[in-house]
Parts: sequence; C-alpha cells; structure tokens
Amino acid sequence: MKILLSGTASDSHTWNLVYLRLFLEEHGHEVVGLGPCVDAELLAAACLRHTPDAVVLSSVNGHGYRDGLDAVRVLRTRPALAALPVVLGGKLGVVGRRQDEEVRRLLDAGCDAVLGDDLDALRAFLAAGARREVPA
Amino acid sequence: MTADTATGPSGSGFGAFVAEASAAGRLVVQPRMGFGDPGHMRTGLARTRAATAHTVGTLTVDSYTRVGALAAARAAVADGARLNGYPIAAHSPDTTRAVLSGLRGPDFPVQVRHGSARPEAIVRALTAAGLDATEGGPVSYCLPYGRTPLRESVSAWVRACELLAERSAATPHLESFGGCLLGQLCPPGLLVAMSVLECLFFVQHGLRSVSLSYAQQTDAAQDEEALRALHRLAAEFLPAGVEHHVVLYTYMGVYPRTESGALRLLEASARLAVRSGAGRLIVKTAAEAHRIPTVDENVRALETAAAAAALAGAPAPDTAPEDGEIYQEARTLVETVLGLHADLARALPAAFARGLLDVPFCLHPDNAGHSLGFIDPAGRLRWARTGAMPLRPDTGADADPYTSAGLLTALRHVADRYDRDSGDGPDGPDGYDRDSADHPDGSGRPAATPLSV
Repeated sequence: MKILLSGTASDSHTWNLVYLRLFLEEHGHEVVGLGPCVDAELLAAACLRHTPDAVVLSSVNGHGYRDGLDAVRVLRTRPALAALPVVLGGKLGVVGRRQDEEVRRLLDAGCDAVLGDDLDALRAFLAAGARREVPA
Repeated sequence: MTADTATGPSGSGFGAFVAEASAAGRLVVQPRMGFGDPGHMRTGLARTRAATAHTVGTLTVDSYTRVGALAAARAAVADGARLNGYPIAAHSPDTTRAVLSGLRGPDFPVQVRHGSARPEAIVRALTAAGLDATEGGPVSYCLPYGRTPLRESVSAWVRACELLAERSAATPHLESFGGCLLGQLCPPGLLVAMSVLECLFFVQHGLRSVSLSYAQQTDAAQDEEALRALHRLAAEFLPAGVEHHVVLYTYMGVYPRTESGALRLLEASARLAVRSGAGRLIVKTAAEAHRIPTVDENVRALETAAAAAALAGAPAPDTAPEDGEIYQEARTLVETVLGLHADLARALPAAFARGLLDVPFCLHPDNAGHSLGFIDPAGRLRWARTGAMPLRPDTGADADPYTSAGLLTALRHVADRYDRDSGDGPDGPDGYDRDSADHPDGSGRPAATPLSV
C-alpha cells in the first residue's frame, strides 16, 4: 500500500524515519516521506496531495502524545481524510512508559492504533489493512 | 598538545572558565539537561554545580521553543504539561533569573542548548535573563533537524550571532554543533570541517569566544586523529585573539542498553577527551536510550566521567597523526567552501547547493544526499560515496544502499560492541587491541527498537 511516513511537529529526529522507510519498502509498501518537524496542517495538506492508503507517524522526542493528538485531530476535521488509517508509534512521552490515558485520548481523537516501539505490531497493523480492529 | 586548546584573551565567561580549567589540567564536564518546571530546572543546575566534578551548567530548551512554536510552549506551561526541556522564551526573564540566582557565576557558567535553526527568540530570552553562552550553528541546527530552508537558517543565525554579541555583558560564547551532524555514520573529515566553518561564521558575525565540537564515533584512534585535526585547523583558520576550545560529545548515536556498556562508553569518551586535549566533555547517561534522564542520572554521569578523566592522567603525546587523512579531508572541505565566497553566509548555502558539502543520511531538501558513510571491517568510519564533495570515496567500499537490517547493524555498531564486551581491562573496547573483526551482523536481534537519536 502507499504509506505516508512523517515525523511529528516538534520532533527533529530522522534516523527513525530513515529506518522506517527502508523497513516499509522492504515489506512491499510504497513510501512518501515527509521528513521531520511536520506540523498538522502540513501533514493534512500532504495527505490530500498524495492520497496515501495509511499514515505512519513516528515520534521519539517525548512530545509524541501531544503532537500526535494535534495531528490526528486536524486530519479528522477534513472530510476527505476522516477514514484515512493513521498509526502513531515510537517513544511518545518523556517518562519511558506507556501512558494509558494518553493512548485513550489519541484513539478517541481518531488514531487507528497507538504503538510503542514494536515493529511487529506495525507490520501486523499494516498487513491487516490498517484497520482499527487490530489491537494496538 | 594543550597549547591551543584554550587560547585568546583572558576574561570572564564560559570560554575563560574552560581555558582556566584546561590550564589547570582539569576536564570540564557538562550534562544535557532541561526540565519544563523552573523549580526542577533549578534543582538540576544546583545538583550539577554540587557534583564531584569540574562542571558547567546546562539549560536545554524544549522542542516547542526549538522549532519556534512559542504559543505551544506557553500553552504547555499553562497546562502544566511535562516538556522535554526548559521553555526559556515562555518563562519570563525574572523566572529564569530566579532559576539561576546564586548558582550561575564565574565559577559556574551556564550554557543554553537548544537545537534551533531560528534561534533569535532563544537568544533574546537568554540574554534578557543575563546568560551569554549558547550553541548550535546555521548548518548543524538546520540540515539534520528540521525543514527550515538553509538560507533562512543562515540569515537567522547571522542575526542571532549579532544579538548575542550585542546584548551580552561579558564575553559571549558560542559553540558549534558541527561535529555531530546526525550523531553517527558521518565520517570525521566532514564533522571537523563543519565545526571549523561554523566557528569561522560565528567570528564573522561578532563572536570572540567559540568552541569547536566533535562527537565520539566508532573508533578511538580515528577519533583521536579527528580531534587533533580539529585543534590544528582551529589554530590555522581562526583569527588571532579569538578564544577557543574543543568540546567532545560522548557518543550521540544509538546508546548501549546495558548499564555496564553505557558506563564504559562514557568512560571511554572521558579518556578520549583527556588524551586528545579537549577542554570540555558533554556527557550522556545510560537512561537516554530509553527516556529523558533524571537529575540523579545526570549527576552520576558527570561524576563518572570526571573520575575517568582524572584517572586518565595527562594528555598523551601526539601518537595520532595531526596531518593525516582526516586533517587533509577537513582542510580540503574548509578551503573549498571559503573559495566559493569569503562571506560564509553566502559560501555555506552555495556549497550545499552544489553538493560540495553533503551530509550522509540527511533528509533535508537542501542537502544533496549523494554521500554515504559506512563502518569498515576494522571499525573505522569511512566514505562509501562522496557525491560531489572534493573527497575520494574509499576504494572497495560497498556502495549499495543499506537494507533496514544493515542500517540497524551499522547504527548499533557501537552499542552492540559495548553491550557485548564485558569485563575488559581498564581500556575496555576503546583500546586499540580489540578484536575488530568480531562484529556479528545482529540478525538474531528483534528489529524492533526505535531510533531515538
């Protein structure tokens, strides 16, 4: 499938994006990479332009919950993007543990899956057609 | 060897503090440390100051402030959200002065670390709070870390340098982050050249006290050669009267996951700093592989590095060649860029536009992206491809693109070595006698770790 791969608004990290592009391509996906520091508006514009089958957001700077929430909220305001599968993964907070409340808010806002750093889970999510039923 | 580690006019401030420490044979150690809450930030600085080590303080800015999202930083402060650094432009100058009060002084300078391609607001905020030391650079805080066009970053850094020079009461200090460039898999010649070029840029825009950085890479002997080349090029290219020192960063790439591996990598960096005459070392903690480190973890890293440095004794005689391959590569790059235009604000963007400078693995649209670094079988960083840079790639290098597994293996090369080797002699895996051919390909590991570097 065609995947739009992006960093989050305040996250400058790129090795995660360099790696994920290779990983996704090796799994047969076509990847459009936006690079780091992509704010919600830029992300939405890129989704409308590239019409991907799924969006993979990667964040490792500790602001992933906050930035991811902004991103998914903006995407879901656009009718054309209301059903676009969106997965967020990486190291999402500053404390190094999964924050259930933050995950719930992300899912409520329309994120299809919130993953940690488990690439098997990402692989499974994409293999299942990037649908929300897949356990995050 | 140490003659040029800290030269220039004596005075007060960050550079003078490091110069005095170097003259006394003491390595200055510094954390990366930033907390959103002013009280927490103050505690971090107080504990840094009180550590059993010759320290300077750090105030690391959060990512919202770094990317110029000051409204988001203020909103996060208002929400009481936990930020990944101190939002210096969201807190008032009085708040920041209160954080520093009684801690910062001639015996404890504090540097603001930020990572911004548009640092004017940060420089305004730090000078308004009476601070005068920061770091970054028009290339090193642009290309690897965002999407700001390089020309805009250069213009912003021209203004930031001028602001810092104008608004500081004492001698302001600016450190180039040019010796890092994505942290890993960039061969040393380009790291050294970028540090020299950015410090020259700072001097062109009014700074008289600078530091040149280099991040520990894959091979101790190669790193020592790079640091000696950096000393020599700084002496050759920086004008007389500009105070400068060399700062080493403990490994910035994927960090060992074991406590002992992380500890030994940190100690190796401290010994490398002493051997190669660096004036200052910026440490890493074992926790950084997983999350933002605590104050306790930072203090432990500072004290560990200081102890390792003290045990390392005096700088070694020049065993690494200072005019070897790294020196030649870096000198060629510096001269090529200066040959484009004497004004580096024009020469640096022109050099990237032509691919004469080309950072490996850098996704930024203004980077040519035709260069590629690799780790050779002996563990040294080398060029597989050099694109249009005036450098030769290594013959026999495998110029095929990386696979995801191959990239992970390369990125984890240092971490794997330090996690695997245990119970070495005092020199550990940073010595020269390790079995350098013994690097398993890592294929047995789950390819499931994010790359938080």
